[in-house]
Amino acid sequence: MSPIGTVRPPANAVARLTGHFFRSRETGILAALVIVIAVTTIVNPTFLFSPDGFRDLLLTPSILILIAVGQAVVIITRSVDLSVGSVVGLTAYLAGRLFIDVPGIPIIAVFLVAIAAGAVLGLINGLLVAFGKVPALVITLGTMYAYRGVNVLWTGSNRVNSSDMPKVFLDLGTQTVLFIPSLTIIALVVVLATGWYLRNKRGGRELYAIGSDPDAAELYGLNVTRRVLVAFVLSGVLAGLAGILFAARYGTTNSQTGTGLELQAVGAAVIGGVAIFGGSGTVYGAAIGAVLLLTINRALPILGIQDFWQQAVVGALIIGAIVLDRLLALRLSRKLTSEHQVSHD
Amino acid sequence: MLLQTSSPRTITRALSLTAAAIALALVATGCSSTTSGSSTSGSSSAKNYKIAFLPKQLGNAYFDTSDKGGAAAIKEFKGTYSEVGPATAAADAQVSYINTLTQQNVGAIVLSANDPTALGSALTQAKSAGVKIVTYDADTDAKYRDIFVNQATAEGIAKIEVDLITNQIGDAGDIAILSATANAANQNAWIELMKKDLAANHPNVKLVDVVYGNDDDQTSFDKTAALLQTYPNLKGIISPTTVGIAAAARYLSTSSFKGKVALTGLGTPNQMRDYVNNGTVTAFALWNPADLGYLASYAAKALIDGTITGKAGDSFKAGKLGTFKVGANGTVLLGDPYTFDKSNIAKFNF
Amino acid sequence: MTSLDVPPPPAASALSNYGRPLWRRWLLTRESAVIVAVVLVWVVASSVVPYFGTTTTLGFLLLDATPILMIALPMTFVIITGEIDLSVASTLGLSSVLLGVLTKAGTPIALAMIICLVVGLLVGAVNGFLVTIAGLPSLAVTIGTLALFRGVAVGLLGTTAITTFPAFWQNLAQARFGLSGIPVVMVLVVVLAVIFAVVLHFTPFGRGLFALGLSRDTAEFSGVKVNRAKFIAFLLTGIISALAGIYWTLRYGSSRGDNATGLELSVIAAVLLGGVSIFGGKGALHGVIAGVLLIGVLQSALRLANVSSDAINIVIGALLIMSVLSPRLLAWARRLSPSRTRQRK
Repeated sequence: MSPIGTVRPPANAVARLTGHFFRSRETGILAALVIVIAVTTIVNPTFLFSPDGFRDLLLTPSILILIAVGQAVVIITRSVDLSVGSVVGLTAYLAGRLFIDVPGIPIIAVFLVAIAAGAVLGLINGLLVAFGKVPALVITLGTMYAYRGVNVLWTGSNRVNSSDMPKVFLDLGTQTVLFIPSLTIIALVVVLATGWYLRNKRGGRELYAIGSDPDAAELYGLNVTRRVLVAFVLSGVLAGLAGILFAARYGTTNSQTGTGLELQAVGAAVIGGVAIFGGSGTVYGAAIGAVLLLTINRALPILGIQDFWQQAVVGALIIGAIVLDRLLALRLSRKLTSEHQVSHD
Repeated sequence: MLLQTSSPRTITRALSLTAAAIALALVATGCSSTTSGSSTSGSSSAKNYKIAFLPKQLGNAYFDTSDKGGAAAIKEFKGTYSEVGPATAAADAQVSYINTLTQQNVGAIVLSANDPTALGSALTQAKSAGVKIVTYDADTDAKYRDIFVNQATAEGIAKIEVDLITNQIGDAGDIAILSATANAANQNAWIELMKKDLAANHPNVKLVDVVYGNDDDQTSFDKTAALLQTYPNLKGIISPTTVGIAAAARYLSTSSFKGKVALTGLGTPNQMRDYVNNGTVTAFALWNPADLGYLASYAAKALIDGTITGKAGDSFKAGKLGTFKVGANGTVLLGDPYTFDKSNIAKFNF
Repeated sequence: MTSLDVPPPPAASALSNYGRPLWRRWLLTRESAVIVAVVLVWVVASSVVPYFGTTTTLGFLLLDATPILMIALPMTFVIITGEIDLSVASTLGLSSVLLGVLTKAGTPIALAMIICLVVGLLVGAVNGFLVTIAGLPSLAVTIGTLALFRGVAVGLLGTTAITTFPAFWQNLAQARFGLSGIPVVMVLVVVLAVIFAVVLHFTPFGRGLFALGLSRDTAEFSGVKVNRAKFIAFLLTGIISALAGIYWTLRYGSSRGDNATGLELSVIAAVLLGGVSIFGGKGALHGVIAGVLLIGVLQSALRLANVSSDAINIVIGALLIMSVLSPRLLAWARRLSPSRTRQRK
């Protein structure tokens, strides 16, 4: 958590890596995920060992992963984006409309338009937050309402049905490449690319710096405004991508598509160890958090827990995750303090 | 943050911002007045033929069709049609719409209730203000409305669905139900009757679970996936809701269960056409929702005219559909549900 | 959440306000602007929208706004301390379900109501414990309890809705004073509002909440019991949300697990619109009440004007954004006009 300059004992790379692996925050939820999958599979082997079971395990969380990654990046800069659910709804309907209104439009063009629309909506958020110097929670709560309202005005009582969209596009929602769904591949690429950028590139590190202490970042000469804009645009782009993939996977969109996704995305990031006050956490954690959230949802009925109690379990899980985080952080800081004292003796 | 840091000039600015807010609101009003309140006007006589449709939710293909049928009927007798409604099927969401319609002095409200009792006091107020209340698709408690236009008897719906599914799975094996919201009164009534029918007449068919997709595409889709995972031996699914059956069909058609797990229920031909043609679904049932809306409009007109009051034995003319009689409990019955399959689905467009 | 903006130095102009007469100071506040907006919208709507200017409208408007009005009071306390409570609508739902389950089991309704309120307190204590004693961020905690409490509510009732409540109480929940259209329940709301206003603005405890929102450390050193104050604020949101749940159940005569889903964001939007700063430390209760009424008046005017249901959200969203942006825009405009800049310097 806190980058106190401790003197690390020299060790070979393997030991360091494994040590890092066991200490890292992501390992905990990954372990939880593995346990959930293992227990459920023992109760009902088809959960993992059937073509559909394996596919759904990977496919179901893919859309949430995309949104959670965008959300994590925004939260790392000490903001939050509550408008993602509405952006998903708008772009999903936009994609459907394009197929209806522009017959024969190439699928790639629809993708580009939807992503561009997501970018514009994200840019609006970013501009309002960065230049208005007002809290993102308020701004994105406002745009959440406004974007959804635009969607309702535009869609009215219409809807896009699967028969309105080309089959090739719909197949994208379920097809697999080497047993791995294409949606999952897209999500994976996004997670890895974003994770690599945040960890290794200057721009990525600056996001953490801004989230840790915005004033210090500003005084240090970082271009805070630009970085925050980029974070919001990224969140919009990924929500736009999620929107069009939603249309492909569920084959139907109406004015309520994506309602409530924002809290799921924040929940996934929090479960994945992204600190809500910014400056710490990884997109890998957020992605695993998203998978855990939705996998638990699917596992509960198999474990015999009635439909109605699922939300309660998810709530308990989120609280458990942040309490665990707190305990780990306390232990770490105590350990670091004692090491610090030892090195001074 | 606050305005207090600035000169008195600020107050004029604050006011102009407020004015902008109001302008925005009124612009929104302007936009909508062209979209809603559509259809014909022109009151032919002293009768108040302003009839408002209030479906469970907007953006639902089934209500879209039924309300279009209602609009067509209202056009025939030169009334004014409007459709308002919430975007989600929550119990309280319809209350403020009923109150608003009451204030607007509509002649009748044609309503599909999200909750049998939560709308009670709002409806009572509407009635005492002289508004006629017709329920269609989903009823409220009988005391809150004048007439319920029933698409088919609950027994008839339950029977046709049980017959379809038992037929398709060879009268043996596990089945499950994918319903709408957990509190939907009509769905729950059908499910109870289906359970009785199954227990009495189909001893080898076991109903293993009832899950709720909340008439939401994504939830219904994910619940179908979960059902198939949870019960690997599942032979069939009944989904007595148009949103549910379409989502379930979409999941089945892309999974290895396609053709192995039977799916039936209540669906619209347009939503189900692809899945019937590609073999995911053999047969499903529905009445004609456009006729349902059409009949409801004429029932509303008869109430406004005073030709009927809602007591058993009253009868009224419903345009092209002929004459209908009010049965026990103020219920008008549209007819029997109709079964759609590969041989006839091409003939329907709704 | 975002403290991206470097807080502006306490300008002398802020203090110079106190040199003006009281009535002029009062007129220049953000709260007054919201109140003026309510009156303006009412007047405009009465003349433009048919059927708006009636006592019936007033009655329905107040009945609809009552739950938000109630919960907005303690929510103001919580936000002024710099925290947030997203679990209020779920607490409302839980209380509604409990009232139904208890009365169905034969508990006298008065006792059932008391039990609901006690459970509301307990629920608030859970939030308060996790935020103050465990020291967890309230945004994350209450996203968790939002799911948890809602899950328990839905789980307890399942498919059943309980609809049998004593007619006396149900009638009371929507009774009006004669022809005035004003609901009887407003007596309760007004009493609560007065108590909350007095506590917030005229007691050491209330002033302490402001101090705490502005600077936790300063408040601590000035003798404010920080954790106790926050804990009490969460207890209050719990018990008042439970009270709103009782009202909701009786008004609609229906106890369901999904009652008031999503209401938390309406409450927060109204509080922020009323001029409470999301950073804490700023705000006034009369502004909040005006904020709730502004949304209520707009909703009812637009609905009477046949604006399709949730398109109203565009207006709410835009208002929310404008309300936080307007001071920025004004400052910006002032900077652009050079003559006055020189005057200031």
